[in-house]
Amino acid sequence: MNALREKARELLATKTVQVVIGYAPGSGGAARALFVREAAQAGELVFDETCLQNLAAYLMKPEVRRLGRAALVARPATLRTILQLAAENQLAESSLLALVPGADGVLSLSTFSAIEAHVAAQDNDLSAAEKSELEKFAAMGLDERREFWQEQFSRCLKCYACRAACPLCYCTRCTVECNQPQWIPVPAHDLGNLEWNVMRAMHLAGRCTNCGDCSRACPVGIPLYLLNQKLCSDVLSSFNQRSGMAARADHSLSTFKPDDPEDFIR
Amino acid sequence: METEKRSIQREALAKLIEQWCREGKRVLAPRKSGDKVDFDRVTSLSEVSFDHVQTVQSPKSAVFPRVEELFSFRSADGQVEVRDRELDILPETVVFGLRPCDAAAFAALEAIFNWDAPDRLFTARRARTTLVAVACSRADEYCFCTSVGGGPGAVAGSDILLTDLGQGEFLAEIASAKGREMLQAADSLFGPALDADKESRLAKPAAVFAADAVAAVLAGLFADTAFWEEQSRRCVGCGACAYVCPTCACFDIQDEGGASGKRLRCWDSCGFGLFTLHTSGHNPRPLQSQRWRQRLMHKFSYMPERQGVLGCVGCGRCSRGCPVDMNILEHLRAIAEARP
Amino acid sequence: MNARDVFKPFLMRIEQITEEAPDVRTLRLVFQNEDEGRGFIFRTGQFGEYSVFGEGECTFCIASSPTRQGYIECTFRKAGRVTSALAALETNETVGFRGPYGNVFPIDQWQGRNLLFIAGGIALPPMRSVIWNVLDLRDRYRDVTIVYGARTVADLVYKRELQEWAGRDDVKLVTTVDPGGETPDWQGEIGFVPAVLDKLAPASHDTVAVVCGPPVMIKFTFPVLARLGFAPGDIYTTLENRMKCGVGKCGRCNTGKHFVCKDGPVFTFAQLQEMPQEY
Repeated sequence: MNALREKARELLATKTVQVVIGYAPGSGGAARALFVREAAQAGELVFDETCLQNLAAYLMKPEVRRLGRAALVARPATLRTILQLAAENQLAESSLLALVPGADGVLSLSTFSAIEAHVAAQDNDLSAAEKSELEKFAAMGLDERREFWQEQFSRCLKCYACRAACPLCYCTRCTVECNQPQWIPVPAHDLGNLEWNVMRAMHLAGRCTNCGDCSRACPVGIPLYLLNQKLCSDVLSSFNQRSGMAARADHSLSTFKPDDPEDFIR
Repeated sequence: METEKRSIQREALAKLIEQWCREGKRVLAPRKSGDKVDFDRVTSLSEVSFDHVQTVQSPKSAVFPRVEELFSFRSADGQVEVRDRELDILPETVVFGLRPCDAAAFAALEAIFNWDAPDRLFTARRARTTLVAVACSRADEYCFCTSVGGGPGAVAGSDILLTDLGQGEFLAEIASAKGREMLQAADSLFGPALDADKESRLAKPAAVFAADAVAAVLAGLFADTAFWEEQSRRCVGCGACAYVCPTCACFDIQDEGGASGKRLRCWDSCGFGLFTLHTSGHNPRPLQSQRWRQRLMHKFSYMPERQGVLGCVGCGRCSRGCPVDMNILEHLRAIAEARP
Repeated sequence: MNARDVFKPFLMRIEQITEEAPDVRTLRLVFQNEDEGRGFIFRTGQFGEYSVFGEGECTFCIASSPTRQGYIECTFRKAGRVTSALAALETNETVGFRGPYGNVFPIDQWQGRNLLFIAGGIALPPMRSVIWNVLDLRDRYRDVTIVYGARTVADLVYKRELQEWAGRDDVKLVTTVDPGGETPDWQGEIGFVPAVLDKLAPASHDTVAVVCGPPVMIKFTFPVLARLGFAPGDIYTTLENRMKCGVGKCGRCNTGKHFVCKDGPVFTFAQLQEMPQEY
C-alpha cells in the first residue's frame, strides 16, 4: 500500500499523470473510487480485497477524461478492460498508465504491450465459485432458464446502474434511448426488462471482461454477470476468442471475413 | 388528530394481516429474498421481515408504480377514442412494516403530485393506501432521519405506528382517521395501551446536520462548479438513487401498443444525461456534476422553498443502493459545513 | 371524481396543414367535441402537449393568436419520433392536445408602448401568436418592429405572413439570413440576428422587446439589447425546456425553484438573471 502511495505521489509530483484513479476506504467497510490530483492526497489510497470496482469505467467518462492523463489502479479485470477498450479504439495509449499493486511493490504499465504481457501471465480464469455458478446455470433446461430470468428481470427497475458501472457500455446514446424506431420499450415492464437485459448482454458478448461490476451495481441483486459470462464462454468455445487479451483484435461478433465458413453470412 | 395508544400481540398481528387479506386488501410488506429485503405482496405475518434495517426499494410504488397506464386509446380511420383508467379497480392496499421515514415520504410525494393540478391516479391510489409502520430498533451508518425532521419512532405520516416492545408485544399508535378505521374494523385484536418505555426500544441515529442549514448553504453554492465536480466525481450517472428513493418522483410519459394502445407513466431520473436534452441538441445539464447538484438542490432547496416540504426523509437507500458509494449523508454534511 | 384527468388530451381534428419550410409545417386543429372547444380559452404565450396516439406527446407553443377563435395552430419541425408521426398525419386525422399550459405574454401591460420582436429560425411560432394578437389589437400599441432571421431563405417560416407584414405600413419587418444562406434574389439582410439588431439599433425608449430563438441567439442578443438601453424587465423571452407533463410534476423543466411549465415559459431577462443558468 505504501508503495502504491509512493508511486502515486511520484507520478503526480513529476506531472507524469494529472490524476491517479484508485481506491479509498468507503462506507460499510467497502472501498470506493478516489481521484487523487495532488501528491499530498496520495496517502488516502488503499488497496486490498475490498477494492472491487473496475475503475476503467471512469476512463470513458468525459468529466474524468478532461482531468488529463490518468494512472489507474488496476485489478486483473481492469487490465483486460483496458485492452478491450483499446481494441475497440476507445483509448489512446498515451492517455493512461496502469498501476498493478502486488506483493513486491507496484508495477507501472505504461504501454498496451506491457499490459498485454502482464495479462497473458495473470490468471484470467473465472474463480471456482463463479465457475460453479455458471455450470449450475448452464445445466438448466431452456424452460427453467427462461423462468429463472423472468423472475430476475421482473425486479429490474431500469435504473441502468449496470450500464453506468460497465466500462464497456460507453455509447453516448444507448440502443434503449434510440426511438426511431423504438427498439427497446422504455417502461420497466416484463417485455421492456427482458429486451433491455438481453440486448445489453448481446452487445457485451465477446466484449465483457468479467469484472462483475454489473452484478455488484444492480440495486435489486440481479446476477447479470451470469448472462455475460455465459456469453463470453460461448464466444470462447465457438470462436476461440477471449476478450481483453490484446489491444488489437478482430471482434468475434462484428468482424466479417470473405472466407467465413458459414454460408448464411455470405 | 390525537394519537391513540393501544397494544397488539404478535399473534393478533398475524390475524390482522389475514383479516386484511380476507377483506381483499393487497398487503405489501418487507420480505427477505436472498440477501436483500424488499417490499412484496404477503398473505401472512410469517413472510414479513422485522429484523432488517431498511428495504432496498421504498414503498413508493404503492402509489407511484414504476410503470402505470394513464389511459388507453383505440384508433380507427383517423378517429381516436380515449378510455380513462378505471379507478374503482385500483386495489385497497396496506403497506405494512414500512419505516417511519418511509411513511413521512408520502407527504413529499403528495406535494410533488398535487401541489398544483391534482394527479388523478396518484390521488386515487393514495386514498386507497393505509400505512402501518414499524418503528426502528436499529439504524445503520446510512440512516439520517433525525437530521431531516424525522425519527426512528416518529408517528407523522403513519396511519398506525407499531413499536416492538419485546416478548411479542407491540405498542400501537393510531395516528389518523384511516388508522382509526382500521382499528375499529379489528378492535378485538388490539389490547389496551401499555405503560411502556417506547424510547428505550428505538434506534438512536445521530443528528448529523440541520436541514435548514443545508438549505441556507445550498442557496449560495450553486455557482461553485469546483465543489460540485469534486462531490460528483465518482458518480456514474445511473438512476439507482432515484429509483430506490421514497420521494423521487420524476417521470416519463410513453405510448405503447401502436395506434390502439396505452399511454404510460414510467419512472425517470434527473441523473440521466438525456433527461433534459432538447430536440435541438442543447442540454441545460450536460454534466454529471450539474445533475448531482440538481438532485441535492431539488430535495433540500427547491422543494422546501416551493412546496414547503423537504424532498428527503433520511432513509439512506440512495447510499446503500449506489453502485459507487455516493454516500449522501457524507455529502450533506460537507455542504452543511461548507461556507459559500 | 369528475374532474378531468390532467393527462387526458382533448381530441382535435386536423383542419389544415401548411408547409412552412423544409420539414416544418403548421397544423390547424379544431376541437372534435364542440363543447370542449367552446370552453377552451387560452392567452398568447401559452403552450400545450400535442400527441399522436401510439407515438407519444411533444411540447409546442400555441402558434395562433387567441384573437383568432375556433381553432389553435402549432408549428413544428420534424425531428424525433413524435414530430415525425405528426408530420405523417393528414387532414381530418386526430391529434391529442393538452393545455393551455404556462403563463402568458403580458400584452395588456404593454399597451401604449413600442414593441420589438426578435426571432430566430423555428422560434418564430411563439412570437407569431403574440404578433398577431398585437396586430389584431393594433391601435393599442405604438410602433411594431419585427426582426426575424433564419439560417437560409428556405428556413424562414410563415413566408406568406412575412409578406403580409412586410406589406403593412404599421409594421416594420426586417428579415435576415445567415451568411451563405441567401438566394440570388434575396432582398433582406445577410447576417446573424444579434449583428443585424445591432446595426438596426432600435430605440429602447418606452419599448418592450420579445426575443425567441435558439439559446445561442438569445445569449448574444441580450447584450445587444442591454447596450441599446433596454431594461432587463422590458426584455421578454419564452423558454423551451424539455417537458413531459406540462403541469409541474415530471421534473424535467425544473430550473431552480421554478417549473418552466408553470412559472413560464415566458420570463423577462430580469427574471432569468435571478435563475440558475439551466435552460
